[in-house]
Amino acid sequence: MAHESVYTPNSGIEKWLDERLPIIRLGVDFMAMPTPRNLNYWWTFGGILFFFLMVQIITGIILAMHYIPHESMAFDSVEHIVRDVNWGDMLQNMHSNGASFFFIAVYIHILRGMYYGSYKAPREMLWILGVIIYVLMMASGFLGYVLPWGQMSLWGATVITNLFSAIPFVGGAITELLWGGYAVGQPTLNRFFSLHYLMPLILFAFVGLHIWALHVVGSNNPDGIEIKLKEDSLPFHSYFSMKDAFAMVLFAMIYVYFVFFMPDYMGHPDNYVRANPMVTPPHIVPEWYFLPFYAILRAIPDKLFGVIFMFAAIAIVAFLPWLDTSRVRSMRYRPTAKLFFWGFVATGLLLGYLGAKPAEGGYVIASRILTAYWFLYFIVALPLLGWTQKTKTLPGSITEAVLGKDAMKNNK
Amino acid sequence: MSAKHEEDVVSRRDFLFLGAGAWAAVGGAAAIWPFVDQMNPDASTKALASIEVDITPVQVGQAITVLWRGKPVFIRHRTAEEIAAAEKDDETAMPDPQKDGDRVQKKEWLILVGVCTHLGCVPGGQKASDIRGDFGGWFCPCHGSHYDNSGRIRKGPAPLNLAVPSYKFLTDTVVQIG
Ligand code: HEM
Ligand code: FES
Repeated sequence: MAHESVYTPNSGIEKWLDERLPIIRLGVDFMAMPTPRNLNYWWTFGGILFFFLMVQIITGIILAMHYIPHESMAFDSVEHIVRDVNWGDMLQNMHSNGASFFFIAVYIHILRGMYYGSYKAPREMLWILGVIIYVLMMASGFLGYVLPWGQMSLWGATVITNLFSAIPFVGGAITELLWGGYAVGQPTLNRFFSLHYLMPLILFAFVGLHIWALHVVGSNNPDGIEIKLKEDSLPFHSYFSMKDAFAMVLFAMIYVYFVFFMPDYMGHPDNYVRANPMVTPPHIVPEWYFLPFYAILRAIPDKLFGVIFMFAAIAIVAFLPWLDTSRVRSMRYRPTAKLFFWGFVATGLLLGYLGAKPAEGGYVIASRILTAYWFLYFIVALPLLGWTQKTKTLPGSITEAVLGKDAMKNNK
Repeated sequence: MSAKHEEDVVSRRDFLFLGAGAWAAVGGAAAIWPFVDQMNPDASTKALASIEVDITPVQVGQAITVLWRGKPVFIRHRTAEEIAAAEKDDETAMPDPQKDGDRVQKKEWLILVGVCTHLGCVPGGQKASDIRGDFGGWFCPCHGSHYDNSGRIRKGPAPLNLAVPSYKFLTDTVVQIG
């Protein structure tokens, strides 16, 4: 870990344990990480994400005690959970809404990193691990959405697995391998359940690596400058652990409101219709958190290139540390780049809107323009801005940024 | 021991080491295969190979959909106008050019796998109330693919024509699909 140990074992038992398995030392030092004093509330979403990972794992294990991964029983078993199982309605709604709130939190978390330049050296590994976690989350969400075996489950699974059929030569063989048949059916449902159970455990391991990397390089902060003075940082516990806990309670209040009072708001009514392999619903859409990428897929009039652009739109995010050439991290000090950043946020939201609209006429044209912005932001705007932009002067230290220049002079 | 002799020993070691490593890699790869191949369609899935359909009740201009290997199969009793329209377009430029005559055994019976070749939705057009697209055949609502009276792709993201399954007429009124 990046700082000296702050743990002194007091009792005999603690000393005995510390010499054999210094696990308390690990935990104490972990909680004492020096943290920049200027962190704002956007930094609380990491903790919120961990909270939702635990919610999903716990409610998921419980759902799996009652769920049946069979094409003729899956739909009924989810209804059985909601209607008959003790507390089942609450637990099922916690899981389905938990997935949505997990994604709301992760999008905020990612945009926070993009705004404050948290992906820049030395945090590249931290960033890449984050992108891997995001991809694993999408896999979990997709696999989980198939399990209730409604119309959207079946046809969402059909469209997404068919993305692989675009691969030249081996595409057909790969889709049959994924399905275990000639279409999405019983073998597919059964294996998706197995993989859906596995995915969060892999996710958990990657979150461990992510937090490890965080503790090696330390948190970035809203001013994007490193800790220099002693006064620049505070121990994580109790200063930031309390701030995180407070934000978590506020966010959980919104979550719980949805769970109890509008549990189907982010779902789709067609998923209350049993899966029917003979009829595709007239308007199929993925879960809301995939919509921007779905819009990109449909913006490209060619099957293979649509799939390539869709995956590239996600993959390109992993290359941000090298695409953004600016030496100043935070958008606070990059007035021009800041405008492009908000343009990017608007692009993501609008693509999300277009992904839910039918793929015709003006909607397609708008999707194409926005798809172009998405890619140009990464491969043209960020590299060029780094070389040409005029940045504002960075404060001398984090403490100076917080207290102002005058206070610094008076202190001396 | 001469220097030369020592070199020989080292290179012999290297060879054995590399050889063993290569064999371990081959063995490892071979051992992985069963773990992957178990996901492919199993014996019971493959056994559901063919179905027989009685087409007597399907009047001219009507269509039915049957399930074969988990996929819908379209059986359309085409009208004379539909056949004429399909044949008239034989020479028109299209993404996956094919003659109508090559896609049917009997002109009036068009038999197709009802799975859009884009991303696998079931195109509409079987029911009288369905939207049948710009070319009067089928229209896939998922991402807007238009198929004609021969099931050929004419407009939209789908790259290929609707597939023709293998089938044969057992009698004039019974077809075997698969
Ligand atoms: C990253 C974490 C997870 C995410 C994002 C996630 C997402 C989802 C989603 C979106 C659904 C569909 C909910 C619905 O429409 O009703 C679902 C269902 C399900 N999940 Fe998860 N899940 C996660 C973790 C887990 C875990 C750890 C387990 C089990 C150990 C699990 C077991 C289940 C079961 C049994 C269902 C089907 C029952 C139902 O639909 O309510 N999930 N999941
Ligand atoms: S699946 Fe038919 S157009 Fe995409």
